[in-house]
Amino acid sequence: MVNSTSFPGNPSLNTDNPTSPHSSQATLLRVENLKMHFPILRGLVFQRQVGSVKAVDGVSFAVRRGETLGLVGESGCGKSTTGRAILQLYRPTAGHVYFEGTDLTQLQGEELRRMRRRMQMVFQDPYASLNPRQTVGAIVGEPMTVFNVAKGKAQQERVKELLDVVGLSPSFINRYPHEFSGGQRQRIVIARALALNPDFIVCDEPISALDVSIQAQVVNLLEALQEQFGLTYLFIAHDLSVVRHISDRVAVMYLGKVVELADRDEIYQNPLHPYTQALLSAVPIPDPEVEARRQRIVLKGDVPSPVNPPQGCNFHTRCPLATDVCRHGLPPMLRDVGDGHFVACHLVS
Amino acid sequence: MARLLEVRRLETRFHTQDGVVHAVNGPSFYVDEGETLGIVGESGSGKSISMLSVMRLIPTPPGKITGGEVLFDGKNLLKLKESEMRRIRGNQIAMIFQDPMTSLNPVLRVSRQITESLQLHLGMSAKQARQRAIELLQMVGIPAAAERVDNYPHQFSGGMRQRVMIAMGLSCRPKLLIADEPTTALDVTIQAQIVELIKALQDEIGMAIIWITHDLAFLAGIADRILVMYGGQIMEQASVHQLYKNPRHPYTIGLLQSIPRLDERRHEKLQPIEGMPPDLVNYPQGCPFAARCRFVIDRCWSEDPQLESVGPNHAVACWVKPQGKEHLLSTAVTNDPSESLGRKANG
Ligand SMILES: Nc1ncnc2c1ncn2[C@@H]1O[C@H](COP(=O)(O)OP(=O)(O)OP(=O)(O)O)[C@@H](O)[C@H]1O
Ligand SMILES: Nc1ncnc2c1ncn2[C@@H]1O[C@H](COP(=O)(O)OP(=O)(O)O)[C@@H](O)[C@H]1O
Ligand code: SF4
Ligand code: SF4
Ligand SMILES: [Mg+2]
Ligand SMILES: [Mg+2]
Repeated sequence: MVNSTSFPGNPSLNTDNPTSPHSSQATLLRVENLKMHFPILRGLVFQRQVGSVKAVDGVSFAVRRGETLGLVGESGCGKSTTGRAILQLYRPTAGHVYFEGTDLTQLQGEELRRMRRRMQMVFQDPYASLNPRQTVGAIVGEPMTVFNVAKGKAQQERVKELLDVVGLSPSFINRYPHEFSGGQRQRIVIARALALNPDFIVCDEPISALDVSIQAQVVNLLEALQEQFGLTYLFIAHDLSVVRHISDRVAVMYLGKVVELADRDEIYQNPLHPYTQALLSAVPIPDPEVEARRQRIVLKGDVPSPVNPPQGCNFHTRCPLATDVCRHGLPPMLRDVGDGHFVACHLVS
Repeated sequence: MARLLEVRRLETRFHTQDGVVHAVNGPSFYVDEGETLGIVGESGSGKSISMLSVMRLIPTPPGKITGGEVLFDGKNLLKLKESEMRRIRGNQIAMIFQDPMTSLNPVLRVSRQITESLQLHLGMSAKQARQRAIELLQMVGIPAAAERVDNYPHQFSGGMRQRVMIAMGLSCRPKLLIADEPTTALDVTIQAQIVELIKALQDEIGMAIIWITHDLAFLAGIADRILVMYGGQIMEQASVHQLYKNPRHPYTIGLLQSIPRLDERRHEKLQPIEGMPPDLVNYPQGCPFAARCRFVIDRCWSEDPQLESVGPNHAVACWVKPQGKEHLLSTAVTNDPSESLGRKANG
């Protein structure tokens, strides 16, 4: 097992690293000060950069082997971009992504390809992520072809095995995506993600596009697979009830930054960041009596643009507790306030 | 309270290459003045098409309203001429859609889109209408409304566009507002803003609301009464308190069981509804839920149950009508959250 102290020559991994104290024993993945800025270009012939979208702006966290880290936050706050930058589907603007101690941001070509085999992504939209002209067999077998792991009969056998694992009939192997429902397509996507025996899967809103009555089926499947294959998940979602169900720890993002990170029960029972508190108070509870009694924190205003995020604490434009320090001081740092509960807010000590 | 809308045995079909889609299959329901009716069901259950049928906005072809009556203020809307219908739409009944970009015209300034209906329905002058448009944008919480009124829709964020839609929907003080998942694409914090806004406006104007959603938890805080739809039919109709406390339809019970609740101890496993929604082209015989139902009996496969009263303001379309609450409790596998926490991380 890799230990964070086994990365000599990496000065940033000292004790003031926000995520190091608690995750050093069994860390599979460590993200450090990750930034992903997309340039905004103007001009038709001579393109010049007139600004940048700061989609991810200094994110640090660690994911332990075998756990599910939930990543929540409003649309556009940078969750998917974080997931993609971790897998190097985008090359990050700055920061490091250590997978078992190897910095993926420094890898190129064949070396990167080899590491990528061990990490997969399941996307939100099971309709868009399957090629309509490929059979299920070709779709699920594709990674094995690309990485030259198995072909022909052996590949077919493995595909059938995978279909069985995700709860689909192996006889579907010659069918096309349009013949399947949303929930079944997501199972096909999951089967493909499992084809190369990955260690780590980024699940990017894997159930959002599914019918309510189907969502629980897919959540149960993901949990069963985790147990069976010892998978580690980064589970991106905006549904906080589902995230509580599936996660061991939860990170809350706002406008490109992680504002709070803690063990599941801790963050749901004792949210410390004003944004997390507002988010939790807005989650509906299916009980009219509870709803009638509840105090809701209704935030004012809209989410600011990641092109020009507010100075100081970037939540100050909507924060009910904001003071002058929040508006004009330095941005609050994410720090451990006890037992691995990390918060980025000036008012929390 | 006076009856505002009464829908009887509504039927809408689509003629497609694959065959006839049975989108809406005979629901009957009503809305009283000033009340909020929630309609819940998964995608394809016929919520939107029922409402578009009420508004007579079904694209024909391929769609066609093949049966039923829609009584609004005593008039059967299905019998009106299109010109008469146009005077009701946007004026007495307004609709807000899920995706504001599909109903806002991208090439017209927001001002123009709001003033148009004010001039058409209320006969305001251009100047009066513009003033009213600014007031409406202020009312829905658009900052610097006097300047923003001349923006194009793409210059607004998703939440702001949704508020512009609401401003348009409310511009003529409708008697009935149909809100088709207006907050589904939005985040919970923005959703909370919009809900608060619409509730405040409802108190002010006294309109009735039909609120469509696939999120049963969401309706608990806003609806007076709820219809649960499945396969283009109503499975259960109940007051908000009855529905969550004493659900009697297996589909409602299944939905309530499958969603994890933030205020409850975490369950070890979710309880999904197995199987898939029905094929609306080859519409099943008997009860549309039979293929997924835990309570199914022989009769369910051949005879389609009709809505039957099981108490005051509570009706269920099911041959078995199980006692939902007992069932909810007996199957809940709870677990001490502190125990389950270390489980996976260490394992
Ligand atoms: N390729 C790109 N070029 C420019 N901007 C981008 C690009 N991809 C994402 N963005 C911007 O980065 C920000 C974060 O996007 P991201 O997709 O990560 O959000 P998200 O949290 O996943 O939101 P959602 O819940 O809507 O999926 C957004 O403002 C988005 O518009
Ligand atoms: N233009 C169309 N052509 C064919 N079928 C349609 C059309 N619009 C809707 N339908 C079908 O009607 C059924 C009900 O749709 P809808 O009312 O939109 O569902 P929802 O409950 O998600 O709002 C679905 O099966 C849908 O595919
Ligand atoms: S630092 Fe200030 S503005 Fe930011 S969350 Fe804390 S109190 Fe609110
Ligand atoms: S009628 Fe039969 S199949 Fe339909 S919901 Fe009731 S018990 Fe289930
Ligand atoms: Mg996303
Ligand atoms: Mg719809």
